Amino acid sequence: MTSDAALITSLQAGDADAFETLVRKYMPALLRVARRFLRSEDDARDAVQDAFISAFKSIRNFASNSQLGTWLHRIVVNSSLMKLRSQKRRPEEDIESLLPKFLEDGHQVIPSNPWNENAEAMLQRKELRELVRESIDKLPETYRTVLLLRDIEELSTEETARLLDINTNTVKVRLHRARQALRAILDPHMRGVA
Amino acid sequence: MNCREFISFLVEYLDGELAVSVLAEFEEHLSECESCTAYLASYRETILAARLVSNESLLNEAPEELIQAVLRSRI
Repeated sequence: MTSDAALITSLQAGDADAFETLVRKYMPALLRVARRFLRSEDDARDAVQDAFISAFKSIRNFASNSQLGTWLHRIVVNSSLMKLRSQKRRPEEDIESLLPKFLEDGHQVIPSNPWNENAEAMLQRKELRELVRESIDKLPETYRTVLLLRDIEELSTEETARLLDINTNTVKVRLHRARQALRAILDPHMRGVA
Repeated sequence: MNCREFISFLVEYLDGELAVSVLAEFEEHLSECESCTAYLASYRETILAARLVSNESLLNEAPEELIQAVLRSRI
């Protein structure tokens, strides 16, 4: 396997074989990212193609002290977000009912109870895996996008805010609401009372 | 700090961004409140579940036709 440093040198010299090596090496990872954001396979593939075209155009300006994988990851996140923005908005479900309710004194109306299962154990159960996947998919788009960027792609609040052109406080609010909604959906299943 | 305030600080807490003075109150509440202890633990597991499922569910492949389309687009 060609090291990234040698690959970058060859790419910047315009070596055609190097471009093929780059595409073959990073395509699976980039496609995985695009599929997380975009529900249609065609859209995910378009986003990956756009990402590579964008990378080809700017490879000469790539700083060799950066990580190639990280750089490409950001590019495909961007192209996926652009694709999402160009799509018609889907009807959204209100998540207000999934957020915790509080009494006047600040206590939860319904106190929380410990879960009997953890996430690792949950993964062994097909119906729960499907529930998590469907629940993320059903989140309002503005919440789903923030959850994907912060919790799945593991970008910072600042970078998420910059990519979505919103302020950091809005990122935190949306992330918190998305996590709380997911938690509420999982709660009865993880406590074994569903 | 009450439960409403505690829960409102979870994003900053998990990002390690709580101011020292708020962190002390947060941890004091955590040590006293079983409901918030359960909520924090389940909130963490929710994040992990979302991450595990999102990473597990996708094929690790590179369709040859897409590779060829990308390489053609460079010309």
